[in-house]
Amino acid sequence: MLRIVPRPLVRLVPHGRRTRIAAAALAVVLLGALIVVFTTPGEDPPSVMTHEEFIEVPTAPGSPSQERLDITLYVPDTARETPAPAILLPHGFGGSKRSVARDARELAERGFVVLAYTARGFGRSTGMIALNDPDAEVADASELLDYLAAQPTVQRDADNDPRVAVTGSSYAGALALLLAGTDERVDAIAPVMTYHDLGQSLLPNAARHGRFEPRSPARMLATDDGVFKQGWAGVLFSGGLGAGGIGPTADAPEPGTEEDDVTTADPAPGSQGASGSGPDVGPDAATGARPCGRFAPQICAAYNDLVRDGEASERTLRLLERVSPASVTDRIDIPALLVQGERDTLFGLDQADANARDIHDAGGEVRVVWYAGGHDGGGPGATLRASIADWLAFQLEGPRPPKDNPLPAFRYDVQGTFQATRAPSVRVLTADRYPGLDRDVPAVDQESVRLSGPEQVVINPPGGTPAAISGIPGFTGLADSSARPGLLNVDLPGQSARFSSGEFTEQLLVTGSSTIRLQVTPLPWSGGARGTEGTGPLFVKLYDIGPTGQRTLPGNAVSPVRIPDLRVGETVEVTVSLPPIVRPVQPGHRLELVVATTDRAYTNATQPAAYRIGLAGSGELAVPEVSGEATTSGWPVWQLAGIGGLGLLAVALLAITALRRRRADGVDESLADVPLDITGLTKSYPGGITAVSELSFRAERGQVLGLLGPNGAGKTTTLRMLMGLVTPTSGEMRVFGHRVRPGAPVLSRIGSFVEGPGFLPHLSGAANLQLYWDATGRPADKAHVAEALEIAGLGDAVHRKVGTYSQGMRQRLAIAQAMLGLPELLVLDEPTNGLDPPQIHQMREVLRRYAATGRTVLVSSHLLAEVEQTSTHVVVMHRGKLVADGAVGEIVAAGGEASFVVDKPDEAVAALNDVDGISAVRADGDTVHADLDGLPRSTAVSALVTAGVAVENAGPRRRLEDAFLRLVTSEGQEQ
Amino acid sequence: MSSEKDTGAAATGGADAASGGETRAAHVDHGVHTDPAALVEFSSAAEHEHAAATPSGAVTGYDARRTLPFGVELRRQFHRRRTHLVLGLAVVVPLLLVLAFELGSDDPDRRSGGFIDLATVSAPNFVVVTLLVSGSFLLPMVVALFFGDTVASEASWSSLKYLLAIPIPRLRLLRQKALVAGSLSVLALTVLPGVALLAGVIWYGADAAISPTGESASFGVSLVNLLLAVAYIIVQLSWVAGVAMFLSVSTDAPLGAVGGAVLATIISLMLDQITALEDLRVVLPTHHARAWTDLLAADVDWSAMATGAFTSLCYATLFGVLAARAFARKDVTS
Repeated sequence: MLRIVPRPLVRLVPHGRRTRIAAAALAVVLLGALIVVFTTPGEDPPSVMTHEEFIEVPTAPGSPSQERLDITLYVPDTARETPAPAILLPHGFGGSKRSVARDARELAERGFVVLAYTARGFGRSTGMIALNDPDAEVADASELLDYLAAQPTVQRDADNDPRVAVTGSSYAGALALLLAGTDERVDAIAPVMTYHDLGQSLLPNAARHGRFEPRSPARMLATDDGVFKQGWAGVLFSGGLGAGGIGPTADAPEPGTEEDDVTTADPAPGSQGASGSGPDVGPDAATGARPCGRFAPQICAAYNDLVRDGEASERTLRLLERVSPASVTDRIDIPALLVQGERDTLFGLDQADANARDIHDAGGEVRVVWYAGGHDGGGPGATLRASIADWLAFQLEGPRPPKDNPLPAFRYDVQGTFQATRAPSVRVLTADRYPGLDRDVPAVDQESVRLSGPEQVVINPPGGTPAAISGIPGFTGLADSSARPGLLNVDLPGQSARFSSGEFTEQLLVTGSSTIRLQVTPLPWSGGARGTEGTGPLFVKLYDIGPTGQRTLPGNAVSPVRIPDLRVGETVEVTVSLPPIVRPVQPGHRLELVVATTDRAYTNATQPAAYRIGLAGSGELAVPEVSGEATTSGWPVWQLAGIGGLGLLAVALLAITALRRRRADGVDESLADVPLDITGLTKSYPGGITAVSELSFRAERGQVLGLLGPNGAGKTTTLRMLMGLVTPTSGEMRVFGHRVRPGAPVLSRIGSFVEGPGFLPHLSGAANLQLYWDATGRPADKAHVAEALEIAGLGDAVHRKVGTYSQGMRQRLAIAQAMLGLPELLVLDEPTNGLDPPQIHQMREVLRRYAATGRTVLVSSHLLAEVEQTSTHVVVMHRGKLVADGAVGEIVAAGGEASFVVDKPDEAVAALNDVDGISAVRADGDTVHADLDGLPRSTAVSALVTAGVAVENAGPRRRLEDAFLRLVTSEGQEQ
Repeated sequence: MSSEKDTGAAATGGADAASGGETRAAHVDHGVHTDPAALVEFSSAAEHEHAAATPSGAVTGYDARRTLPFGVELRRQFHRRRTHLVLGLAVVVPLLLVLAFELGSDDPDRRSGGFIDLATVSAPNFVVVTLLVSGSFLLPMVVALFFGDTVASEASWSSLKYLLAIPIPRLRLLRQKALVAGSLSVLALTVLPGVALLAGVIWYGADAAISPTGESASFGVSLVNLLLAVAYIIVQLSWVAGVAMFLSVSTDAPLGAVGGAVLATIISLMLDQITALEDLRVVLPTHHARAWTDLLAADVDWSAMATGAFTSLCYATLFGVLAARAFARKDVTS
């Protein structure tokens, strides 16, 4: 009986497994696509070669002595084919060429040739720090332009004139400005968070007598005799001693960045001197013992002058003026991109404003970007860096220059409030002009905010301590992003006067430096014996107060004020510029102006003093407001497009499925009246098991067709295929001429009960039947639920949960469910299992009567007696194959075969073989079978009796039983 | 069995068994038998009624588009203890949180600045905290339960084959089940913040929402924000629905399908903790699960929510298509 099922080669991989492989492949492809979409930066950047060397430059112009500058040239491989514009990339104060390695590599990958170098006095370069002196650092940079002009990979505008731009942060930005003002060969500059006037940056004074009406948003009063910014100055000085860079440690937040991106986005090695100082220390680095480290003597002297009393000597002021870009900005007529931080207590927005005005007046095209960072808040983020690179490419006409200027005339970030899970949100606004740059550009809008508050007396404590805290230089951004905003904002009672606005009813976007007029009256100091001049500094700041009293000092910035010519008891009116900020003041918030006598970031007066402070005039605060438009980059465009794409995909899939479903199956009209016709039905499973093989039979109207076979004969599999649950491997089944497949409408004409009942256990029997019928969607009057329930005969149990039913009850309910809607073909799998004899008897009666109405019943069973008594026709299956089929009577008493039970079988065989017309005689135990071929049975009996064989029993041979028994008993002995 | 025999024999007597007294039925509720009169009635009904067929081969009155109506499937699912349990949980959890906050220490010095510390400030704050604490596990589990269980439980009850034999086209069955599971999920995901809001109003008052930065939004505005937050959470959890649905058609064990979807959530949360993965984490379906907190800022940044919705919908579509494909081709054997 061993059978090898021939299978086509194509099916080497089983169907189910193929489906799974395909599904897995689809999943992998889609997931991969998702990852690619999210993480691909676009096209491959060119590979970048680096070249390091030392370049000799004169110590001073015309001087025979030389200094050695440590440089790295970054050359993208694209520049080897076509010479590319170059970028000169100096570093920030306290850093080295290593601290700009990331920026250099980014620019080189953008296609520029980048020259990064360590400025004199830092790292492995020799020399002394002269703070961007025109004869020192600036002259060095000019020498480097010569070097660039000699590089074959660098594009040239003329002989010894490379096409070059200079960009850099802070100290490097100032160098960019100074070089652009002195060397005609520079084609564009992009200074980032840098200064205009170093004197005003370190010794600011934002007040003066008389009126002040700024036309540009961040223009501040800059009066002489300022207050020394000693906190920052100390940080700078220690940076020059080799304590490390003073640049921010992290990138500023941008739209879409997340907190952990921000805090880990510092891949540049050695950007902090401490981590990279090992091999990067210069030959004469062991200079820590010298009090001024590598600072040039004149710088050292100026610093000493400043820290001694917080006031600058004429010589110091002249030095600061010499090294400030302010000295040359009125000569810069090339395109300039001024990027300044909104969180910068060292070089505020006002510095960029001053640079912008000067360069614009000199004829340079100016773009201004205020971003949500700075010396306190972080360097430009990846998006802004890419924008800067694009702008440089645009101005230098290569590499891959954008068609239009990628930046608007003015762009500023509005930083939202701190969020629970991520970095603060950032919104980017743009304006098509920077207000007030020229006479033809309108001045910035000034919103008038009315402040109120009584005159208040503030004192300056002796020694200047304790002092108010506005921030810690360089660390403010870090502390402010924690869960405790305002931690660093401390005002001391008695030392501060407060003036408040009313609650805002709509949002006010403060964009720049506000202006206020104050009345200041020095009072006699009661505690001291001598009268005081009381010229000590005052610190003016603007708080945003939330409805719950939450105080925020935007940008942590204060305006120091020193008023000359104060006399005790005389009131003076001064105009004060407040620090430029970008701050959305929300509805329900207030603005509060605080005038304090101390601030830790500055040199405070040590002499005690007292002042009466009041608002001048009606107390109007002029707040600049720039109306910008939100850039579209803030909108999640591609995400929305992706969601739309998914929607289209879903619609397309649905349409395809619908079309495929509509594809009509051929109807065989000749079988339109045949309830069931099966031809060549085969079902094999992966692994070679064939449950049904080449099965063919037919059921007619009015028949009770028994499907007989031992367990495992394939009966249930056949019935499952008939219900559309299992897809045949080959062959087909037609019900009333319609092919059966999963979900075929013709299945609605079949009622089925196959392999056990299936009900919702939490519902009653009646509810189950009702819901089942409801689920068919067919008219309720066709269901005959009540009649079916009576056939089930469950009595009141129908209202109990099915979960409490016995096996027999469930079985009856399931048969009743199969009968709902009086199906034309009723398929019952072992319907009498679990029923007792009277119930079995009733069941037979039900089925007989049901078939009598012209319908067809297909009953499967493994019991011969069952089928014999219930069915009119029978199909016998074994091991998935058809063994016999026909009317029960025909099969039970087929042809002329007869069986005789005799005492001597051997003699009986011999006797019967002697009779003419009797054939196929054989013995089977006591029973002898023979084909009588039309002879009456009595003839055979008399032949046997004549031969002396006692006949105990004679009758038709029960072939079905024999066949069936043989099959059942031989189970397991075959194969 | 013996009792069935007894009653079967005893019942030969009467047509009164079916219409008989309740007391008797209560005693012999094993008295299952068919009344001969019922048999006659049934046969005659069968005799007189012969349904015609439509050209598609269906019996008259059958229309695939009307099978398993939404209401029917909803009734099938709504009366399940599982449904009651989940909805009950959605009601109990906010009350449990109220209890916890009432029992807990009220020392203002212990506040560390997060949302949790502001939970008792006002009703909207309480809702935010309820959503935050239930966001990682409870909410995905609810969705996993409704979607993972829906087909697998039918398979485990053996009722799936009878639904398919009606016949309900397989994709329609899946769609209707997904619709009902989705509706129940949405119900649970709305009941939870709804009850939290109610409890919050009763215990903490209908005041303005305060964010950890001290920003405030009026009660009315915060209600709109919360509504948007719930809408985002629903969309964000669609990936769990997709995975659970796929598992539900792939296994006959309801617990396996639900557990598998919850496991997927846990693994995604675990991987999300590994910062070394950096940008790759963006594709994790749970990476943007809390993006709705952006809505609480005065200055709403939509990009994280849009990315979260997009990734979730990608997964939902992928697994939804896989589920439909697997179910359409599956041999139903249980």
